[in-house]
This record gives sequence, structure tokens and C-alpha cells, in this order.
Amino acid sequence: MKHLQFDESFILKNLEAQSKEDAITQLATLLFDKGAVRASYIDAVLDREKRYATGLPTKGHAVAIPHTDIIHVKHKALALGVLKEPVEFGIMGEDSKSTPVSIIFMLAMDEEHSQLTLLQNLMGIFQDEAVLHFLMEEENMTIIKEKLLTALAVH
Amino acid sequence: MKKKNVLVACGAGIATSTVVNGALEELAKAHHIDVNLIQIKIAEISSYVETADLLVSTTIVQKEYPFPVINAQAFLTGIGLDKVKQDIVEELKKE
Repeated sequence: MKHLQFDESFILKNLEAQSKEDAITQLATLLFDKGAVRASYIDAVLDREKRYATGLPTKGHAVAIPHTDIIHVKHKALALGVLKEPVEFGIMGEDSKSTPVSIIFMLAMDEEHSQLTLLQNLMGIFQDEAVLHFLMEEENMTIIKEKLLTALAVH
Repeated sequence: MKKKNVLVACGAGIATSTVVNGALEELAKAHHIDVNLIQIKIAEISSYVETADLLVSTTIVQKEYPFPVINAQAFLTGIGLDKVKQDIVEELKKE
């Protein structure tokens, strides 16, 4: 398994965004600047979010996991956005309902049907109110990075 | 009992269907049910309509299909998961 690119510089904390499109564009641009994705990723992930919403209400802060097809990705990577004020995302699997999202995990996946453990661990975070709360409150990027890598078991 | 074909779908066929596929593998094993899991992008579904027995999807399903459809969002959030697992097991055990 190739290494997941993620460190402090893949985290946007206190992210200010006017809309989900704005938040997605900022995170996708970061992944592009990092060399993890192709330029086409930005529009592709925006387009996919429009067709297949990725917002997920949780027992704590709602999350979203925007991502798109592997052809737009160069290296497997994750970008984390913690929003200053939540923005509305459509709810995955729902026709028109939306949820105010505070935490965005943008995925750049380079293989289909793989990374089961990583993805299971990511969904595990959505079911863990304490970790979600921690991601909202903690301001130290290195501590956030360590906590997330441990939770994802990609250390 | 005939081995059932279960479609596991999401938008990109990358992230959420992988997680649901893994969970269904475990669920079927725990209930000693032999199933054929097929992970797809929802856009590919037309090729499978003839042969599928059940669709488990994390994304919106626009059409009516000749088989039941179960929303799999609970596998991602944990909310209402027991009920969804029960619904799936019931479908898999149907003759």
C-alpha cells in the first residue's frame, strides 16, 4: 500500500467559507498545490458533490467526505477542513435534505475498492463524538495530525 | 437457498461502497449466509438489473428496480445501524 499523504499542511483550521462550493474549492486547491491531485480534480469533486452529496449527520458535529474518481488523483491524500462557521451540505443518500457541516475530510483516493481499513477507520471517526469534538476544539496542528493518523491507523 | 447477488453502490465506487462492502461481508459471515457481493458505481447499475437480488446504496437511487433497495448511510454514521443490518439479513434470508 502506498503511503497516505497527510501532515499539518493538509489541515485548514478555522476555515472561512461562504458555501460548500467555496469550502470544497479551498480544500481541493490545497490538494492540487500539494501535488496530490490533477487540476481536473477541483471541478470533478465539485461536480460529484452536486450529483452525489457527501454530507453525513453524526451524533456530534456533522461531517462531509467530498471525493471523486481516481483518474483525477496522483497520490493518495487527505485534506482536513475545520470550518469556523458550518456550511450546508446535501446529505448522502437523500434527495433534498441538507446538514450544517463543520468538519470536511476531503479524500483523494488513487485505487478503487481498496483501502478498506483506512476507510473503515475514517467512518469510525464519524461515530466517535469525542474525536469529532477534539478536531473542532484543538488548535495545535501537530496534535491534530497525530490524533488523526492514530485514529486512521496509518502511522 | 440460492446464493443472492447483492449490489453495493455509491457515487464513485471508491470510498463508501468499500466500507459497506466490508461490513456486509462480515454481516453475512456472522449469519452464515453465502452471498455474492458486487461493488459498483451507481451509474453502472443498468448492467446488473437483470441479475441482482438486492441493492444496498449510500447514494440516491433515482429509479424503481425489480429488487429491494436499502439505504446504507447507517454503516457510515452508526445511527440506526442495528435496524439496517436486521433489514438486510431478512432480505438475504428470503427464499
